[in-house]
Amino acid sequence: MSASTKNRTAGDSAESSSIWQSKWFDTASRFLALIAVFSFFAIMVKEGKFYTARNLENILRQSAVYATAALGMTMVIITAGIDLSVGSVIALTVVVIAWMLNIHWDVIPVGGGETEVVFLIHQWPVLVPILAVLVALLMATLAGLLNGTTLVGQRLVPFIVTLGTMGIFRGVAKLIAHEKDIYPQEDTWIADIMDPTLTSVDPSRSWMLLPPGVWLLLIAAVGAALLLRYTRLGRHIYAVGSNAETARLCGVPVGRTKILVYTLAGFFGGLAGLMQFSIAGGIGAPTTAVAYELHIIAAVVIGGASFSGGEGSILGSFIGALIIAVLYMGCQLMLWPKSVQEIVIGVIIIQAVALDQFRRRRMALS
Amino acid sequence: MTSTEPLISIRRITKRFPGVVALDGVSIDVAPGELHAVVGENGAGKSTLMKCLCGVIADFEGEIRLDGRTVHFRNTTDAEAAGIGIIHQELNLVGQLSAAANIFLGREKTHGLGLLNDRAMAADAAELLRQLECEVHPGQLVRDLRVGDQQLVEIAKALSLRAGVLIMDEPTSALTETEVQRLFRVIERLRGRGVTILYISHKMDEVFRLADRITVLRDGRLVDTLDRRQTDARRVTHLMVGREIAASSASGSSADGEVVLEVRNLSLPRPGHAQKWQLRDVNLRLHRGEILGIAGLMGAGRTELLECLFGASPETPQGTILLEGREVAFAHPAAALKAGVALVAEDRKRLGVFANLNVGQNVTMGTLDRVAVGGLISPKRERAAALGPIEQLDVKTAGLAAPITSLSGGNQQKAIIGRWLLTRPKVLLLDDPTRGVDVGAKAELYRLMDDLCREGLGIIVTSSELPELLTLCDRILVLCEGHPTGQLTRAEATEHRIMELATQRPGVE
Repeated sequence: MSASTKNRTAGDSAESSSIWQSKWFDTASRFLALIAVFSFFAIMVKEGKFYTARNLENILRQSAVYATAALGMTMVIITAGIDLSVGSVIALTVVVIAWMLNIHWDVIPVGGGETEVVFLIHQWPVLVPILAVLVALLMATLAGLLNGTTLVGQRLVPFIVTLGTMGIFRGVAKLIAHEKDIYPQEDTWIADIMDPTLTSVDPSRSWMLLPPGVWLLLIAAVGAALLLRYTRLGRHIYAVGSNAETARLCGVPVGRTKILVYTLAGFFGGLAGLMQFSIAGGIGAPTTAVAYELHIIAAVVIGGASFSGGEGSILGSFIGALIIAVLYMGCQLMLWPKSVQEIVIGVIIIQAVALDQFRRRRMALS
Repeated sequence: MTSTEPLISIRRITKRFPGVVALDGVSIDVAPGELHAVVGENGAGKSTLMKCLCGVIADFEGEIRLDGRTVHFRNTTDAEAAGIGIIHQELNLVGQLSAAANIFLGREKTHGLGLLNDRAMAADAAELLRQLECEVHPGQLVRDLRVGDQQLVEIAKALSLRAGVLIMDEPTSALTETEVQRLFRVIERLRGRGVTILYISHKMDEVFRLADRITVLRDGRLVDTLDRRQTDARRVTHLMVGREIAASSASGSSADGEVVLEVRNLSLPRPGHAQKWQLRDVNLRLHRGEILGIAGLMGAGRTELLECLFGASPETPQGTILLEGREVAFAHPAAALKAGVALVAEDRKRLGVFANLNVGQNVTMGTLDRVAVGGLISPKRERAAALGPIEQLDVKTAGLAAPITSLSGGNQQKAIIGRWLLTRPKVLLLDDPTRGVDVGAKAELYRLMDDLCREGLGIIVTSSELPELLTLCDRILVLCEGHPTGQLTRAEATEHRIMELATQRPGVE
């Protein structure tokens, strides 16, 4: 009705009138924000310590855990939901991996069983880490499925369900680990997937260019972006978040879409857990990744997703995760005390979103 | 009346939004005590002008004089203090609060220590509501009230402010005929008290019934201010749209095609409520190429009936639904879609539009399986599919990638109808499709419905405007409180007859 909405155009194609309103520009502006934050620390941190190859790689490694979990969180937030349990899912994955790695030492003593699985494990120890990864990812995915089925089946708000499962999954992780850190008896490749490559002391790793975990993230991110952009499920995700009632009338299986989204969030949480296992030094600590959900949500929101649903993008969230990682790394290298770091980052998250909203409102008017 | 000094004098107001001039040098004088109608198509600038007048928009060029003095309202509170109240088209009430709490929201009466004086507020609210012949108890939660009663709560709120000027922005758009009649009585009473009313509408019958003078806006400009007694609806409509509108002549084929949809003894229970049935023993037959109208007051079960036929009702209906002779029971709208039933729901904002998606994505949402290959959406096929109805229905849009919210109400509605036509339905259910759509677009929608039923579609339509049903429908089924009270053919149907049936209370169970 009002002229302000009537003349709003923000198309993303050749039909669109202005480049300033395109989705391309939206992403570019986020990228500029990343460069701005980066430049700030590059200038402020003395002796050029911030932009060393080692530090750049560190930033990538740091952001990988957040970015991977943010893939699922992006989908969840697009459906107007939230997943508070992802930090606990990461911890659960880390613990399950460590527990599985010790399976032929503690759990199934040598010569203790006769089943085929046990036989296989003892014959080919190389299978153990593969099995560990698969079981851990399966657990994480099931955790996500539990979130989805509970909130759809019992018609509960995602905030409440995942607030509950945040405690439950953390509890299960502690239960498996008997409230102690699990130290795997052998070093495996899983512990190395996030180790430095280009800046590694071991020159044999440099051919990979990036740590394998970062490659894994890139593949997962491309997959998630394609899913959102080009599949029916992706379109359903946006539809459910934009207007769930109308989506139902259009024949969209709203409940099933939500269950799938939370299940995927669990899976991506598992992948993030795999990376966290390596970053944390290959130890199965049930107390790891505490409050990660908040960083991950912050990354998604800085990336342009809206809590009211229907908006958000993988690339945006990816940039958001990088911004968070740069902030943490920068604050550390500035040698600010932890307390100051936390305050600074908190303020920046709020102001980043405020700026974003201000920009959008201006765009909506023009 | 023109001899007196104007109470409100709007002098050359211009309001620019980035990229568009919403109001362009509009000047209007409003005499004290008059009912001044402001008419125009959607986007003509009516609402923007009223927002300037009541402080919602504070930065505009030009000036407003109230009682001869220039006023600057920085916000609505300033305007309220000066005695200007507004009843917005979309009501501004807090659903979770009681009627009394809403009336005194922001100006709560208190005891000494800042504790709320609920009793005094309830008493005053009761008195205000009584004056408006509103049977609402002040303690009732606003969200439990019908739209018509909610509106009266808003009016009561404006009265409690002792508003000398009341702006009403399309107040009848969501009301039933009885509620409209009650509103008109309230308006007469307010005028009797000397309240000056600015009445925004695009319904000619209302304007000509109520107004002393009529101001016509078009594209943000003042076209003319006319004395009601010296003009007629045809002329005003002409000024509004800038062109003559052919009197809608949707004749309807009324050919007796085969029965495409039959409903036998359809009942919809209402769990845990004194009135046990939302619908009771509804029978109907819809032929191919026929437009069947469903008439009834608000709460008569029009929307519920359409929801049942589309598998979208919260409770499971009882009875039999036959689609092309075969019995169907839709558990989910997806099943109804597949079987060839489509529903254009009542509230476009809530149940029609995906505000975050673009025009193309909005159009293809019901038919993704057809543009997708193995779960992957083919952009090329999607584009081709969306372009079809966009062109067929002449939706005015900057392109498929334009946000749906950039379209006018009428074009949004056409895009949504296009979405459902893509599903190639046999039966099209339209729930009040012309609500909030301007005159020109309405005529286009009528023509569209006519074309569709010529192509053999069966259409069931509801409307909150009786004349619309009378021109469109081959037959009209009238509901009252969920019970069918009669069925009229085109020849039998008159506004009077329908109202009789719609208010004929069925025997209490």
